[in-house]
Amino acid sequence: MSCALPTFAASPAAEPAPPFAVLMELTHRCPLRCPYCSNPVALESASAELDTATWKRVLDEAADVGALQVHFSGGEPCVRKDLEELVAHATEIGLYSNLITSAVLLDRARLERLQRAGLQHVQISLQDAEATGADRVGGFKGGHVKKLEVARAVVRQGMALTINAVLHRHNIDRVNDVIDLAMDLGAGRIEIANVQYYGWALANRAALMPSREQLLAMDAAVRGRLPELAGRIVVDYVVPDYYARRPKSCMGGWARRFMNVTPRGRVLPCHAAETIPGMAFETVHDRSLSDIWRDGPAFARYRGTDWMPEPCQSCDHKEEDWGGCRCQALALAGSADATDPVCEVSPAHAEVAVLRDRDAAALGTEWTYRGL
Amino acid sequence: MNAVAPHIAETDRLRLAPGVMLRNDRRRGQWMLMGPERLLVLDEMALAVVRACVGAEIADVAAGIDRLTVEYDAPRTEVAADVLEMLTDLRNKGYVVT
Repeated sequence: MSCALPTFAASPAAEPAPPFAVLMELTHRCPLRCPYCSNPVALESASAELDTATWKRVLDEAADVGALQVHFSGGEPCVRKDLEELVAHATEIGLYSNLITSAVLLDRARLERLQRAGLQHVQISLQDAEATGADRVGGFKGGHVKKLEVARAVVRQGMALTINAVLHRHNIDRVNDVIDLAMDLGAGRIEIANVQYYGWALANRAALMPSREQLLAMDAAVRGRLPELAGRIVVDYVVPDYYARRPKSCMGGWARRFMNVTPRGRVLPCHAAETIPGMAFETVHDRSLSDIWRDGPAFARYRGTDWMPEPCQSCDHKEEDWGGCRCQALALAGSADATDPVCEVSPAHAEVAVLRDRDAAALGTEWTYRGL
Repeated sequence: MNAVAPHIAETDRLRLAPGVMLRNDRRRGQWMLMGPERLLVLDEMALAVVRACVGAEIADVAAGIDRLTVEYDAPRTEVAADVLEMLTDLRNKGYVVT
């Protein structure tokens, strides 16, 4: 997620500043089965999904709480037949619409309908620079070719295109090819995202973790090209956590910029927050997004800096990285209340390197595809 | 390897990139460029530069600089330097394209 966003100043009454965007996971259904899927391991079924009228109400509430953008996401949001209707509603109430998609269910006619409904931007995931590897990771034959077709159609129709490339052991060596492909497709932006190990990816870490040598080669390749790419394509480069010395500002800080609504209407501060035990999540049936944003217990729990333990509390970077990622702290340090162990100042930092090196060496490990 | 993309020049014609729009957010009292999964809050000067220099109806960047020179009653060389730097930054961030 982009962190290059301004934070809107809080009002004097200590009300939290409004969120920038609401991520709407319309469904967990998806024709792809990527082993690093960011959806929870326990997927929500189609029968539990919110209906059209409820999603429209949630969109109204997103505008009310002050969000400026909506990300229609999933799963694969295009499995929802009411996607056009929801985009049109978002447009009508002044929200900027992004579509986060695998693209394999899209065609030109539907893209045209979505554009007429006001869609501004399509983000398409690529699993690799070439079809064989890409289709194997996605578990969907013919997917890669289809994605390229749709990507070109997005650009031809004058919408913004972002290519999202998730890197891991099996494709990281082709990072230059992925960048070249994104430019050839006419993307305005590329997200070079190394796998974040929560949910499905955490379960598949030993099958995905790149080696230090792979990582260094990729990092040098990307950084070496940044000057040449400036002005041609915007690069959002997510440094791989397990090889980092400082944590990323996850979600731009807990409950500072984003709200996430799951297919059945649970309202989360981040899409992986349900992995944290002992959290109480409200739903869109309980209270409005404004109320939940203001003082919902899950949002209040790690907002700001009061919750931070040492060494975060006395750290100069605490309002830059906001303590890193809560879900990663849980996964690696055993507690979501801990400093993100990716930070070199964390007492658990050394263990990250041990896990990383062990999993990076586990060559030949087969991944488990995401599945219902 | 390709060369570094050149700075924006006075002869360039600029438009907002696909998916980018100029918006006024009344709730926050701010003008902003809204784009794919991002936004940029514009201060008064940046807003004036975007209005003067970006859009299909504007002949070229030079015409925008001329207009700003008059509006702000400032030396043209100084205005031009600031404007070209700001526009190059907006281009590199993906908000405007040539």
